Amino acid sequence: MFKGIAYIFGFSIIALLGIMVWEMFRGSSFAIEKYGLDFLFSSNWDPVAEQFGAWPFIYGTIVSSLLALVIATPISVGIAIFLVEIAPKWFRDIVGFLIELLAAIPSIVYGLWGIFVLAPIIREYIAPLFINTLGKFIPFFAGPSFGVGIFTAGVILAIMIIPTIASISREVLMVVPNVQREAALALGATKWEMIRTAVLTYSRSGILGAMIIGLGRAIGETMSVTMVIGNRPEVPDSIFDPAYTMASVIANEFNEASSDIYISTLIEIGFLLFGVTLLVNIFARFLVWSTSKGVQEAK
Amino acid sequence: METVLENMKKQKVNKLSANLGRRRMFSGFMITLTVISMILALTPLFSILGYVIVKGFSALNLAFFTELPAPPGEAGGGMANGIIGTFTLISLASAIGIPVGLMAGIFLSEYGRNRFGKLVSFLTDIMLGIPSIVIGIVVYALVVLAMGGFSAYAGGIALAFIMIPAVTRTTEEMLKLVPNHIREAGLALGIPKWRVIMLIILPTALRGIITGIMLAIARVSGETAPLLFTAFGNMYWSQSLNEPIASMPVLVFNYAISPYAEWQAQAWAGALTLILIVVVLNVSARLITRKR
Repeated sequence: MFKGIAYIFGFSIIALLGIMVWEMFRGSSFAIEKYGLDFLFSSNWDPVAEQFGAWPFIYGTIVSSLLALVIATPISVGIAIFLVEIAPKWFRDIVGFLIELLAAIPSIVYGLWGIFVLAPIIREYIAPLFINTLGKFIPFFAGPSFGVGIFTAGVILAIMIIPTIASISREVLMVVPNVQREAALALGATKWEMIRTAVLTYSRSGILGAMIIGLGRAIGETMSVTMVIGNRPEVPDSIFDPAYTMASVIANEFNEASSDIYISTLIEIGFLLFGVTLLVNIFARFLVWSTSKGVQEAK
Repeated sequence: METVLENMKKQKVNKLSANLGRRRMFSGFMITLTVISMILALTPLFSILGYVIVKGFSALNLAFFTELPAPPGEAGGGMANGIIGTFTLISLASAIGIPVGLMAGIFLSEYGRNRFGKLVSFLTDIMLGIPSIVIGIVVYALVVLAMGGFSAYAGGIALAFIMIPAVTRTTEEMLKLVPNHIREAGLALGIPKWRVIMLIILPTALRGIITGIMLAIARVSGETAPLLFTAFGNMYWSQSLNEPIASMPVLVFNYAISPYAEWQAQAWAGALTLILIVVVLNVSARLITRKR
């Protein structure tokens, strides 16, 4: 009897996921039938004329989350190394708590801070650094910067995924057996050489898994990005241009969508987002599992 | 697995010609970099907390907690409806999410050591990674369209969908920490399995489970994206759970992107209140586990 009830609730998880997939499929079938694959690669987004192309959003999501990953990975791995190999225990606890706090701050608060604090800093100080050097040769880094844009979104996302990547990398580093370290030190390696040869080499795939879980979070992150990316449905020429992501176009336009086909295209974008994060998460879990069976939870 | 020696050879670490002093300096340099990366990561945290506390406190007053939002551009007003709304939504989400998550967790730990259980466990992990905006769309299609409008119910259900996998996962992990001999002792006394679970195993793991539930509530209380087109928002009091309902995160979002200075100031006050809720839940959850 009780066993039966428990099984029903276990089954409810499967049912819930099934319902999600079914509802997304049903909601987007209208758009899928009407536009087919062209929808993904057309850059023309004009709801009034019923022209729907999702490429600007897909592009924005890819660029902003890859940018976030490029910024966040070295910092996160640095933190993990510092916490596992260098810091004394009492300090480790404090920093660990602060990093967890960083993960607990609601996305909307990141967005608020992004609009009023980060965007002006990027416009005044950080963007000119790139625009006046790299921007002179590579159009991708050309100006001007309005503060809001794809670069600002990438920075906010990086801050938000650092706790994820850092805490998983930390657990991955902690399962490296101590004999590895001792062997390297006994062979005359300096502390850094020991970390690089014995610890990082050993935990490569786990760190890669952590990066991909972080990437999954960055792809799905909505509110903070919506508030700082500038919301312009065109493929940006420069990294400082305003752009749009898949998640933020849904957040902004879903309530205003007036026609059935408009809503259906937005649901299709959501379906795509769902599919991509699904694949990314499955891949990442596989990688993390393969190094340390203990790390299951992606915070 | 390559041996350490092979790795070192490959990376030319043990080259005898390598200058020890230079290697030590490089080592120190890289270790300094790890310290710098930690500082880089913590700077935004302190900046966010600093701004939210300073700007939030200056906009915080009694009216903020007792009054309805003022019309755009007018001074005064508060987020009383948003505060009550957030607590209403959290209660609805907890009423659905906690029992379902608990039972699913019990299933995974106590009955799920088979193929079916492994599948459910895997899908729970997958659900944890679904973007919350996607859950908003699903609940819109499932509840809002079916009920004919935005409602507190829809918002609560959306938040519950986020809570369920989180509660399931922590419940499972906490129950699995209970040593097997406790289960066996109960069963040996002739107690039926379901009573062993409810009366012996669950209470043993209760502290950890409550911690997990509190963290799940903390996570959900700041969620904005899934509420945008389920609970929607409301500038007034909601008369019933069938109506759109205001919530703190949605109000903060609308105020933050508005052009009015008064509203922007209140957005900071809202952010401060949200952070306080989240931090209090997080810290007390930590204290509960530490006492063990």
